[in-house]
Amino acid sequence: MPRLKSAADLETRRKEILARRDPKKPCVTICSGTGCHAYGSEKVAQTFMAEIGKNGLKEKVDIRRTGCHGYCERGTIVVIFPQEICYLRVKPEDVPEIIETTLVKGEVVERLLYEGEDAQKIIHEGDIPFYKHQSRIVFGPNRFIDPKNIEDYIARGGYAALAKVLSGMTPEAVLAEVKKANLRGRGGGGFPAGMKWETTRNAPGEPKYVIVNADEGDPGAYMDRSLLEGNPHSVLEGLTIGAYAIGASQGFVYVRQEYPLAVENLYAALEQARDYGLLGENILGSGFNFEVTVHRGAGAFVSGESSALMTAIEGRVGEPRPKYIRTAISGIWGKPSNLNNVETWATVPLIIDKGADWFNGIGTKGSKGTKIFSLVGKVNNTGLVEVPMGMTLREIIYDIGGGIPQGKKFKAVQTGGPSGGVIPEKLIDTPVDFDELNKVGSMMGSGGMIVMDEDNCMVDVARYFLNFLSEESCGQCVPCREGIYQMLKILNRICAGEGRSGDIELLEELAEVVRDASLCALGATAPNPVLSTIKYFRNEYQAHVKEKRCPAGVCKELISYYIDPEKCQACLLCLRNCPVEAISGGKNLIHVIDQGKCTKCGACFEVCPSRFGAVVKLSGVPVPEPVAAGTEVKRKTRGEK
Amino acid sequence: MSKLSLTIDNQKVTTEEGTSILEAARSAGIDIPTLCYHEKLAPRGACRLCLVEITKGKKKRLVTSCVYLAEEGLKVETESEPVVKIRKMLLELMLAGSPGVKAIQDYARRYGITRSRFDVEPDFCILCGLCVRYCHEVKGKNAIGFVGRGSQRKVMFFPDIAAEECPKCGECFPLCPTGVIPSNYALAKLPHFSYDNIRL
Repeated sequence: MPRLKSAADLETRRKEILARRDPKKPCVTICSGTGCHAYGSEKVAQTFMAEIGKNGLKEKVDIRRTGCHGYCERGTIVVIFPQEICYLRVKPEDVPEIIETTLVKGEVVERLLYEGEDAQKIIHEGDIPFYKHQSRIVFGPNRFIDPKNIEDYIARGGYAALAKVLSGMTPEAVLAEVKKANLRGRGGGGFPAGMKWETTRNAPGEPKYVIVNADEGDPGAYMDRSLLEGNPHSVLEGLTIGAYAIGASQGFVYVRQEYPLAVENLYAALEQARDYGLLGENILGSGFNFEVTVHRGAGAFVSGESSALMTAIEGRVGEPRPKYIRTAISGIWGKPSNLNNVETWATVPLIIDKGADWFNGIGTKGSKGTKIFSLVGKVNNTGLVEVPMGMTLREIIYDIGGGIPQGKKFKAVQTGGPSGGVIPEKLIDTPVDFDELNKVGSMMGSGGMIVMDEDNCMVDVARYFLNFLSEESCGQCVPCREGIYQMLKILNRICAGEGRSGDIELLEELAEVVRDASLCALGATAPNPVLSTIKYFRNEYQAHVKEKRCPAGVCKELISYYIDPEKCQACLLCLRNCPVEAISGGKNLIHVIDQGKCTKCGACFEVCPSRFGAVVKLSGVPVPEPVAAGTEVKRKTRGEK
Repeated sequence: MSKLSLTIDNQKVTTEEGTSILEAARSAGIDIPTLCYHEKLAPRGACRLCLVEITKGKKKRLVTSCVYLAEEGLKVETESEPVVKIRKMLLELMLAGSPGVKAIQDYARRYGITRSRFDVEPDFCILCGLCVRYCHEVKGKNAIGFVGRGSQRKVMFFPDIAAEECPKCGECFPLCPTGVIPSNYALAKLPHFSYDNIRL
């Protein structure tokens, strides 16, 4: 493969690639992101390969494994071009029918289509409500691109922004454009990327470094992972543009080892970029040199903090530094180092390509562009969504997410990962915007969004996140190490029904000190789950502490299961399903739970037929005395109401 | 090295550029509490007791005085209300983890803390890291180090290095504010053990 020697070379190559590709030729794209992979997308892809050979279609159809499409809940996703027919939940056994019906006859397999309300079938991916309300400018290309094939990226105009920069823009002009675009860091802090670039550029000291933060570690969040897996060249192109603007010739990608596909695709992308002359020495004949090294992280959440990440790249334990000097000025080996997250870098080529004005046309006054969220939890459509800044949480959860499953009531949404906060129903019209989310006591974070319904206990939610943070704190400084540990202990005892009067106030007092006194941002934001749940759900805390009651029926020590003797029909279902044989009774005999034996697993509650509704969950009230053993069921005779 | 002057607790202090607030305060006889500072070691900002409040223009801010360098005209309050509030809470946290440590008890007394509101789970080590940093920065031996993270963090001797280096050094022992390092070392050392006649 001859290296590309100029911007014109790249354009020629792009035209060659397009000329080789017939836009009318059917192309089966199979989502091979992590979600679909777990559903067995690789098997689906292999079955397509095998079956197409059998049907003599091998030369007539292209098969392409693409990056994550985002609608992970409905994987494996298969989209057939040029018609853009979208099949959901495809299994290997569906493949022969797809080939026979769609590829041979040109018809649609109805049963694999998206079924909207009133049973209406939707053929095109873009018409599905989950996608229709999104603006997928950064994440969208994933679905067209085989991440292991640089030609797919180039064919779509990839690296054109880099060519534009290297062939006709000064570093100052690039910097000015990014500053003008008001691009704010997508990793959590929302610091203006252009300003950070400028700081590193102007800081004394050589060499300078540029770094991709791909240490995403929030529970339930995988935006950066899917972007790096699905479209690694967009991140590399952004990084190279940044390096040019800043004056760096060495870049790093700090990616967690737990993201094997991201690591694999990244290495493949680096190698291809080098082969094409888009990385290395004299990129596109411009005289600009830039090399990228991959640093695989050992899986510590705190390593996502900028100074900890840079310490880890130096080969030492990834712990935050206590210095009052920004890493943009003194980072890796004390040299100016500019760190941005995956999504931020991937946005850069778009800004260069389409201009800062275009970017400023999207979003709110203080937050421009789009943001990718990982929409998970108690919501119908889970997956990765990209929306313009300023869209309200309600629109994301209801229009895109399709609302709460099983007709349950929405309670709160947790944004910003473990150190974000919960936002209650009354604030659901809050727009996603760096400043607005901060105002309500949460944050943008890197884009985690966990939806919770009436069955979620807010004390338990706070406890879950504090448990995560207590394990992930590096343990250097006292407020973070000891403070989180003590907050967790208090939350544990509140959930166990052993909360003491004054515990809520002590939590608040401690949380404020941890926030104000911790060494790094992990400790400074760790109290958010506690403070925000107390702020919006104080009554739930009080119910736990004073009444020993868990209103959501979650905290095991505070609930009991009880069989209403008036409703029990002695069907034996709960009795047979109880894993600890805590239920006595028999045919025609009312079933009774032995409270001493019961482990509160909830199996009886789950299996009791809803038409009986005999098993009930009690909290905060004593369990009624059981009926005498051997009491017979009073059966309703036919016709009796 | 050029001189600069700042105000610490309404007292004018002149110091050299590159001096931390903590060191500048000490030179003026102002005692800022700390458990992890040592003049031979790079500041670590771990115990957070030395937090002070600085005023720049109209903005007030809490900074770690062992790390933050003195600036010309800086106004520093070492015992302001938010600072004292934080110190009290930190001491309560430390008392829960290491109730028997004299250095902590002394500071607790100074700030009027008689007991901790948190459940006491005694552990002698306060994880100040003086021993670890001394061994690394001054001796360059790394015979002792941190293991684990978060609430599981511990200080441990690394036996292969410690067996070789510690018997002839022991310089970190007097630095330990709790005495746990010398005692752990004594416990780990088998009195009648010799490498001489081991055949593997």
